[in-house]
Amino acid sequence: MFYVFYISAVVAVAATLLVVTRTHTVHALLYLVVSLLAAAMVFFTLGAPLAAALEVIVYAGAILVLFVFIIMMLNLGRHAVERERAWLAPSAWAGPTALCLILLAELFYVVASGGGAEAAAGATVGPKEVGQALFGPYVLGVELAGMLLLAGLVGAYHLGRREALGDSAGEGTQ
Amino acid sequence: MTAIPMEHGLALAAALFVLGLVGVLARRNIVFILMSIEIMLNAAGVAFVAAGARWAEADGQVMFFFILATAAAEVAVGLALVLQLYHRFHTVDADAASKMRG
Repeated sequence: MFYVFYISAVVAVAATLLVVTRTHTVHALLYLVVSLLAAAMVFFTLGAPLAAALEVIVYAGAILVLFVFIIMMLNLGRHAVERERAWLAPSAWAGPTALCLILLAELFYVVASGGGAEAAAGATVGPKEVGQALFGPYVLGVELAGMLLLAGLVGAYHLGRREALGDSAGEGTQ
Repeated sequence: MTAIPMEHGLALAAALFVLGLVGVLARRNIVFILMSIEIMLNAAGVAFVAAGARWAEADGQVMFFFILATAAAEVAVGLALVLQLYHRFHTVDADAASKMRG
């Protein structure tokens, strides 16, 4: 359990290094997913299971899917079939798969050893304590986070919408 | 079994943050810049969770959730800006938008 932290940390740093050095956006995204999953493993070994679950769901799930979606929108059209075939080449997914297999082996090890994070960190801070803190002393922060997300939603909608209006307005003035 | 020292968690956070900073400074593809910002935010979250684990308090994870909400809002607006840049300049090079009008 003790070494799971260090192996995950090495995987996270290696995957992040590969994110920064890739030239292809989709390859970098694959490594970014691995990096975030490794960070989730680090959170689990540090005794923060709720943060680990949210890292997987929100970061590796929602935010990265948004990135993939945008990249697919940017490259719409133009030799789509050949590009898909090139993306499925083993050299593209062999690296992320190898790093993921390390994390999977760690996951199996943790589950086999009883699934307790207590051994690695001094104590586990479970979801109950975090929830009580969130809706106790930090309730104002939760409200502010909700308002921030609403502002982000409105801003993204506005920016995404003005593109159509802006194009027609730009053509009109030219 | 000894506990993981907080310094090791903070060292991991520092390494991830520096990698993200290098990405922001070295890359000119705006999608890569956004990804590097995500890496840096995640590194800040790692630092908070490591510090929270050191004192076995929930505050570190609470701050991580706020970082998570900030990252979600930031990436939504940032990717909308990427789409705008692509539609205006037909490129994802951040230097294409280096000039202001007026």
